[in-house]
Amino acid sequence: MNRTAINTIFEFLALVLVQVLILNNINFLGYINPYLYILFILLYPVKNNRTLFVFLSFLMGLSIDLFTDSGGVHAGASVFIAFIRPPILKFSFGMVYEYQTIKFSQTEFGNRFVYFSILTVIHHFIMFSLEVFNISNIILILQKTLFSSIFTILLCLITVILFSKKPR
Amino acid sequence: MQQIINFVIRNKTFLLFLLLFCVSLGLTIQSHSYHKSKFINSANFLSGGIYNTTSNIRAYFNLKKQNEVLIEENNRLKSILFNSDQFENEVPTIDSTTDINFEFTTATVIKNSYSASKNYLTIDKGQNDSIDLDLGVITSKGIVGLIDKTSNNYARVLSILNTKSRINAQLKETDHIGSLTWNAKSPEFVQLIDVSKFAPVQIGDTIITGGQSSIFPKGILIGSIDSFTLDPSGDTYTVSVKLFNDMTNIGHVYIIKNKDYNEIKSLQTQIDE
Repeated sequence: MNRTAINTIFEFLALVLVQVLILNNINFLGYINPYLYILFILLYPVKNNRTLFVFLSFLMGLSIDLFTDSGGVHAGASVFIAFIRPPILKFSFGMVYEYQTIKFSQTEFGNRFVYFSILTVIHHFIMFSLEVFNISNIILILQKTLFSSIFTILLCLITVILFSKKPR
Repeated sequence: MQQIINFVIRNKTFLLFLLLFCVSLGLTIQSHSYHKSKFINSANFLSGGIYNTTSNIRAYFNLKKQNEVLIEENNRLKSILFNSDQFENEVPTIDSTTDINFEFTTATVIKNSYSASKNYLTIDKGQNDSIDLDLGVITSKGIVGLIDKTSNNYARVLSILNTKSRINAQLKETDHIGSLTWNAKSPEFVQLIDVSKFAPVQIGDTIITGGQSSIFPKGILIGSIDSFTLDPSGDTYTVSVKLFNDMTNIGHVYIIKNKDYNEIKSLQTQIDE
């Protein structure tokens, strides 16, 4: 049990509780909720074991599903973005990622914004498609994806800024 | 053999991803079919317990509002009671309660949702309080849903704001029946489909539960007609119903148990065979 592992576990539990007890009750304009828990997947350390990472993302999604009675909707979307994270990292951060030295607190705001946006939109699209599960409601899916994504991205960026450790 | 093992080891992340993705797809598909979501639901020990704790805290902030609702209901019930001779024909809701076929239990909602397309509520009564599957759930203002999952101390309610929900309903004025469904657009409106084109549908008319389902007594309020359209086939109306209940704010609910439910059900299955 080193320090990172304990940090990760703590982060996991905190995000699940914040998501199900606070954020799921926002329902802005009737249906818009932020899904902050994907921050766990977005900020998971890059160097770590990838298999474990995919599995942890699945657990994360499943715990949210457990509380929201949504079957495997969040689990599916989370495991998907966990799997496609490396190419997106490469695309958004370019060379920095190639050398495996990336630390999210040190990246530029623009790069981070692109990275968050891509993964959030993909996650929300899969999640709402699975949830609605009806191709004739594609407009509803896209609408929910768009509005919730904006909300989630904003909240993720704010959280990262608030909780990042100040450079000494 | 060596090559197969090597292949598995090289692609272990991808294979794990495929496996987990299929598992979640399976869970999703299972949750879309009625009564089958077995493992992942909020009526279990862990999530039920956490929701119960937070609901206890949150209840204090809601006390005033809930008291007002209760006083309003008491007021209405009293006026029915004391005027029962004069207004016998106008007794609005729940007139079957005089019949002792229906037993009522109260419960508190510890989790409510209305933003997804499949919404569920969790309540703080379960099998230990003799809550079974397929019991009806209402508030003093109108219908809420059906019990669809129970654990020892908690139960999950399939809300009428769920695309899977189908509840028998009818016009108050005449006996034309239809099915109550939801199109996931607004938590204020539900849709009554398959209403015969001979029904005298008028905006503002009241929709109540029909007695056919044997889950709800006949005559529980649902909502009023907001708009209606004739289907393309020209045979049936689709009616948009504005709910009397504010589904976004539900505190205390009543669970209705029909003592004759099993008898009626076994009779109906006999006819089917």
